[in-house]
Amino acid sequence: MRLQTPEKTVTFTFDGRRIKAVPGEPLSAALLANGIKLVARSFKYHRPRGVMSAGSEEQNALVTVGHGAQAEPNVRATTLEVSEGLEVSSQNAWPSLRYDALAVNDLVSPFLAAGFYYKTFMWPRSFWEKLYEPVIRRAAGLGGLSGETNPDTYEKAFAFCDVLVIGAGPAGLMAALTAGRAGADVIIADEDTEMGGRLLREREQIDGKDARAWVADALAELDALPNVRCMTRTTVTGAYDQGTYGALERLAGARAADKPVECFWRIVAKRAILCAGALERPIAFPNNDRPGIMMASAVRAYVNRWGVAPGKAVAVFGNNDDAHRTAHDLAEVGIKVAAVIDSRDDAKVSGDYPLYTGAQVIATKGRHGLKSITIRHNGGTRTIQADCLAMSGGWNPTVHLTCHMNGRPTWREEIASFVPTPDSIPGMVTAGACNGTFSTVACLTEGADVAADVARDLGLKPQTTVPAADDAAYAITPLWAVPGKGRKWIDFQNDVHVKDIRLAAQENFRSVEHMKRYTTQGMAPDQGKSSNVVALAVLADATGRGIPETGTTTFRPPYVPVSIAAMGAGSQGKGFAPERFTTSHQASIACDAPMIEAGLWYRPSYFPQKGETHWRQSCDREVGYVRNAVGVCDVSTLGKIDIQGPDAAALLDFVYTNMFSTLKVGRVRYGLMLREDGHVMDDGTTARLGAQHFVMTTTTAAAGLVMRHLEFVLQVLRPDLDAKIISVTEQWAQFAVAGPQARALLNTVLDQPLDDETWPFMACGAVDVAGVRGRLFRISFSGEHAYEVAVPARYGESLFRMLVAQAEVMGGGPYGMEALNVLRIEKGFITHAEIHGRTTAFDIGMGRMVSAKKDCIGKAAAARPGLSGEMRQQLVGLRAKSPDHGLSAGAHLFAKDAAETRVNSQGYVTSACFSPTLQTHLALGFVENGRARHGEVIKLRDHLRDITEEVEVCDPVFFDPTGGRARG
Amino acid sequence: MRITCPNCGPRDRREFYYQGDALALDRPAEDAGLEAWDDYLHNRENPAGDTADLWFHEAGCGAWLVVERNTVTHAVHKATLAEKAKR
Ligand SMILES: [Zn+2]
Repeated sequence: MRLQTPEKTVTFTFDGRRIKAVPGEPLSAALLANGIKLVARSFKYHRPRGVMSAGSEEQNALVTVGHGAQAEPNVRATTLEVSEGLEVSSQNAWPSLRYDALAVNDLVSPFLAAGFYYKTFMWPRSFWEKLYEPVIRRAAGLGGLSGETNPDTYEKAFAFCDVLVIGAGPAGLMAALTAGRAGADVIIADEDTEMGGRLLREREQIDGKDARAWVADALAELDALPNVRCMTRTTVTGAYDQGTYGALERLAGARAADKPVECFWRIVAKRAILCAGALERPIAFPNNDRPGIMMASAVRAYVNRWGVAPGKAVAVFGNNDDAHRTAHDLAEVGIKVAAVIDSRDDAKVSGDYPLYTGAQVIATKGRHGLKSITIRHNGGTRTIQADCLAMSGGWNPTVHLTCHMNGRPTWREEIASFVPTPDSIPGMVTAGACNGTFSTVACLTEGADVAADVARDLGLKPQTTVPAADDAAYAITPLWAVPGKGRKWIDFQNDVHVKDIRLAAQENFRSVEHMKRYTTQGMAPDQGKSSNVVALAVLADATGRGIPETGTTTFRPPYVPVSIAAMGAGSQGKGFAPERFTTSHQASIACDAPMIEAGLWYRPSYFPQKGETHWRQSCDREVGYVRNAVGVCDVSTLGKIDIQGPDAAALLDFVYTNMFSTLKVGRVRYGLMLREDGHVMDDGTTARLGAQHFVMTTTTAAAGLVMRHLEFVLQVLRPDLDAKIISVTEQWAQFAVAGPQARALLNTVLDQPLDDETWPFMACGAVDVAGVRGRLFRISFSGEHAYEVAVPARYGESLFRMLVAQAEVMGGGPYGMEALNVLRIEKGFITHAEIHGRTTAFDIGMGRMVSAKKDCIGKAAAARPGLSGEMRQQLVGLRAKSPDHGLSAGAHLFAKDAAETRVNSQGYVTSACFSPTLQTHLALGFVENGRARHGEVIKLRDHLRDITEEVEVCDPVFFDPTGGRARG
Repeated sequence: MRITCPNCGPRDRREFYYQGDALALDRPAEDAGLEAWDDYLHNRENPAGDTADLWFHEAGCGAWLVVERNTVTHAVHKATLAEKAKR
């Protein structure tokens, strides 16, 4: 029921029903205004539930918004703004919210007490996964996910400020005004749609005017200050190291406007002032969860802020003075106050409505909405007709953020609640209700004083003026749970009641952390915001300890649920990892080449031709290009590091096992690089372009690693060396031109023809490529007469197209990663399949490459016992005994007649291929004492792919062992 | 977490690559013996308190830094260029 006729309305749907609402009001207000009490079904027992609060702590009224891929489950009706066309549905109910079949759970509830699944579903064991768990998962729960990819966009952002004010109630506004006036760079964040906190929800005066008018003036002043940023709809969700705060901003109307729906902020603040307010806590009495039973402050909020009456006859049940405000405000607007039930014997009359002192609510009626309550008073009982009950068990300061870095709150007896322990978060101070300071004038004063201290610490000169305001006392006599029978709910969201907690204590889960896990109290999406203090008070009572001894569970971030999509904004789909494309990418795509990821790079697997139905056909053909004519392959992804300086050669001597200072200008040498622990890190060729100028190539995979390693050596280990390095991987496009026709092909694009005299094997130098200055290296990863030609990247695509076109004229063409892999296996050249981090130079047969004449990284450690010798698994070639049978990488190797068990494994296969050149299946692998076993037939067994083959151990160089083809 | 790079100023932790204990600065001689090398390669203190370790400003200026910080309070005391660190 609305107290006034609204000026403007919108229409939304709830379970298909069209409902009118005031734009921007919370869904909960719109539902209450339309007399809708039943909003949701509870988690476990499917009990009918209605709106309970008016803030982000809401436990009951969770709904699903939207449909299909955009459906968002578990949205709190109390923070969801209503807009035209909004589509809302209830959740966890079937076939309908009103007639929910699974409400049968409620009837069998004695069997479903806390911990029931630990006991009931133990046997037989196999039933858990197949039967019990799926059934329980279907029966219990909240909203469901669509299972579709979410098309909504999310944002992330960073902000920096002097002072972050968290919460914009009386304390927060005063803090922001004081710090802002003093010139501090201020961010004030509040999760509500408007700033003002409870000043928007109460009837009181500040500075001689209506509190809401004072708020408007304060906001106008803050808005006018260029150094203050006001962020509404922004919940500060976590406090982290070094003054970093996480915050979730919900963007109003974003879905309709196709804008980001949420933005996750990382705010870095020199200081923070927590003014998060307090949350009212419920009282545990029988059937206190019926729709229509709400927090007393929420009832005031709906009446005062949104002009909505939550009921026609409202009863109030409390244990503190604050509860009486509710009755007072209701009477003020003409809503019937059915009764005020105060559990304190000494409660004072506060208005002309029936007051029952020393009384308690002991029963409620009304399945889908409250109809009446029964109270115990003066030794008798009395039933009172009411369709709404406002309850107040007192206030819990919102201490959560102060606990995010291991802080523990302190119990304060006179308010029967926990308050923040000072200095729990470095750089954060607290003010107002979250500090246990409740009256308006005290909040304003504390906000101003704390902000003035902070401003002075920052070297500013603040002034404080505090307006006159309400100074009502707050007196409370704790009442946690009403004695007697019946289920008295504490954690409404996870369906935990008083008896569950007593049962936990009885079964010796007496520690508060154990109780939490046994009962699941505090583990729902609301994380026990309203229930924690009541729960531990009941536990304290059950265990005969005091509340301070019982302690609290740990409050962890986030303060409110944060969608993973918001935290991971920007990292969905293609945003997850950048893509690196070579200059020939488009040309390869145009040839329909399937691309394969190599780190962040994409490289062509093979270039299919008409009529080819299997990748092997393409691969075999491309291998043939290189062996018989000429092939072209983009090798730009290999790391290229430019090294210059007087000590460039000395650096290389130190990072490579072999000698580079002896390399002549204009020559290339293969180098092996170890980690300091003596295992192989990487390999590649390094060219000497000048006396003090080298270009190193690394493998594609290790390019970043090697760059970091070289910087480490230069800056950390050998700052005495005068050399500079820089990555030029992306500056040069580089293509392998390999095969008997390689020189002929290159001569069609080079301005000066090549000859053996000036360009022998392993030569390098500058060349002009169709008028462009480039570099040429006569190196080979295929075993053929081959070159790598490099041009500045902007000419890469053009050169690739020219080389491919000419190669095709000569009976060759482009080749991809598959052919490259076959070519190198045929030659026994290693990749990171072999140098996988656990192999030494000895293992791969390069032990002699570790120079005795100098120290180098990894040399000392490589000499340790156990890293060389007969027991090591050594690199070998493996040739299939049946030429038609494929071998597999990952297979293990066994003595011919040994059982294929783990303990009998003598080694494993690292790379395998079909060799079109040798017309058989080949592999590389490691076998114990392998170099001494050439000629032996052993067994290959792949348990995963069910392959068993006999293979002959041989030298890893299967093809052209003397290397004549590369030199010729 | 932020580290104040001597070249770049305060920067987000995501810009840095973490290596490990700063004892990596004290590389033993080639002939220092197995024990010295074993300590250098593998043995690390696990302090609850102040520690110094090496970070690489990989997404920044490319400097290797010695970062002094506290493993209990998470305070970052200071960062210096590794190439200027005393050894
Ligand atoms: Zn830097």
